[in-house]
Amino acid sequence: MLVRGVGQVRELFTDAGLVATRDLRIEARSRVLLNQVAPFALLVLVLFGFALDADQRTLRTFAPGLFWVTVLLAALLAVQRSASIEHADDAHTGLRLSGMAAASVFLGKAAAVFIQLMVLEVLLTIGIVVLYGSEVDNPVLLVLTAVAAAVGVATTGTLYGALASGLGARDTLLPILLLPVLAPVLIGATRSFDDALGAAAVDGWAWLGLLAVFGLVATVLGALAHGAMIED
Amino acid sequence: MVDTTTSTGSPGSRLLGLTTLVGLAGLILFAFVLTEPDVRLHPTTGEEFGQFDAVRLLYLHVPMAVLTYVAFLTCAVASAGYLLKRGVWWDVTAYASAEVGTVLCGLVLVTGSIWGRPVWNTWWEWGDVRLMTTLVLFLLFSGYLALRRTPAEPQRQARRAAIVALVAVLDIPLINRSVEWWENRTLHQQSTLAELKIEDLTLFTLMLGFVVFGLVFAWLMLHRFRVGWLEHAQAGHEVALAIAERHAEMETLDVDEAIGQTGGGK
Amino acid sequence: MTHLGYLLAGWGITLVVFGLYGWAVVRRGRRMAGSVPEGERRWITSKGEDHGG
Repeated sequence: MLVRGVGQVRELFTDAGLVATRDLRIEARSRVLLNQVAPFALLVLVLFGFALDADQRTLRTFAPGLFWVTVLLAALLAVQRSASIEHADDAHTGLRLSGMAAASVFLGKAAAVFIQLMVLEVLLTIGIVVLYGSEVDNPVLLVLTAVAAAVGVATTGTLYGALASGLGARDTLLPILLLPVLAPVLIGATRSFDDALGAAAVDGWAWLGLLAVFGLVATVLGALAHGAMIED
Repeated sequence: MVDTTTSTGSPGSRLLGLTTLVGLAGLILFAFVLTEPDVRLHPTTGEEFGQFDAVRLLYLHVPMAVLTYVAFLTCAVASAGYLLKRGVWWDVTAYASAEVGTVLCGLVLVTGSIWGRPVWNTWWEWGDVRLMTTLVLFLLFSGYLALRRTPAEPQRQARRAAIVALVAVLDIPLINRSVEWWENRTLHQQSTLAELKIEDLTLFTLMLGFVVFGLVFAWLMLHRFRVGWLEHAQAGHEVALAIAERHAEMETLDVDEAIGQTGGGK
Repeated sequence: MTHLGYLLAGWGITLVVFGLYGWAVVRRGRRMAGSVPEGERRWITSKGEDHGG
């Protein structure tokens, strides 16, 4: 019984790895992230600079919030791209016929989005250091926050990307479904970055805890809900 | 005179509607005429302070706020019920309570804002936990309704909407906690119910508010549920009609064929 | 009475929104009910004046 359980868990993660590799390989070939999403994110950073009158002290104070709003906007594109892979060439039918558990597919797709988000976050961190003059006070907190928030955004995003896919008007539907749900992530990650970048005196570690809880809940819930959803 | 054979009304719903209207009139009487404004005297300076007549807005704001949560909770329970049992009843209930709840939620935000202007001296207070949570809740369920209004195959849409509703409701504690930490203060607890001198008549009016808005809620839910039920029935009816048409087509084809064959034989 | 404008706005908006929403729901039901066969309507229908409420 226990051995079978271990075997099942291993199969779950092996399959998830396969799905993630497939998504990332498609990304490596099409380079949508590097050619479109990353420049878009950078553009948003520059637009914030214009909108806030290019006062570097203002920018440094609000850099954490601007960083995470940019991540959320770019994540919308990444999630839409990830969901559209399933619809191209009826890939989701192929996945279902492969007999993989729905949870594996979910975890694999979320992992691929997570890795793309981490790449984006690295680029954006360089962006705010160069453009906004931010300084990293606490690199450990910074990295952990980036990881925890990316888990939350990637899992929730993958679930909602699948929810909105196959419906008319999905491009406009996804933002209004996804962004309110991610409100706690935006608040938590911004506050934690406030601490890590020395922009405000707050306890970033408590916020990191909240982000971790969100990420965990979203992962478990997403894996369960994905199964209920794709058994069409 | 309206022929009501084709409406969502029934003797029961009309009685409920009439009771609701009478209740609303009674509530207005109590809220505006029979109760006193909230005026308190400062213990040392003897100055008058309090919410004055603005307190009369609370007789509608507080019951609606509670009913908003009732509606969204109903939606979550019905959504879970749908995912487990897959019955049309659950689905229609979830949609109805989400729509009525969103209308209530919007009104709670508007009346709260109107009340906050004279009492808190601001239309909007970013630091208030309940205010912010309610706003995010309103946005979450606006998304839910947008999903519902996107044309899709009924069962698929019902399943997806149920997941969205459950995620939205599970997200509430996290939103609440994050906003609470975000600005660690709340105006609600300082200045409303705790300090308000709630006398017999004030308390009675507030309770009457709960009853009357409960009736409004029930009436709206009843009719909205029936509309949802009709939508399902209509979709089923259309499918049945289409199938019948197909059958009729096939039969005429057969007859044509038969006629053609006999014609050819002669 | 103090804050009369606020009071009228708050109560007025609430009653108007409930009125309009209720009316819209009832109207939607009327239009829908006509296109559904009698047997599918689960509640008792009756002829008579509709108070709407």
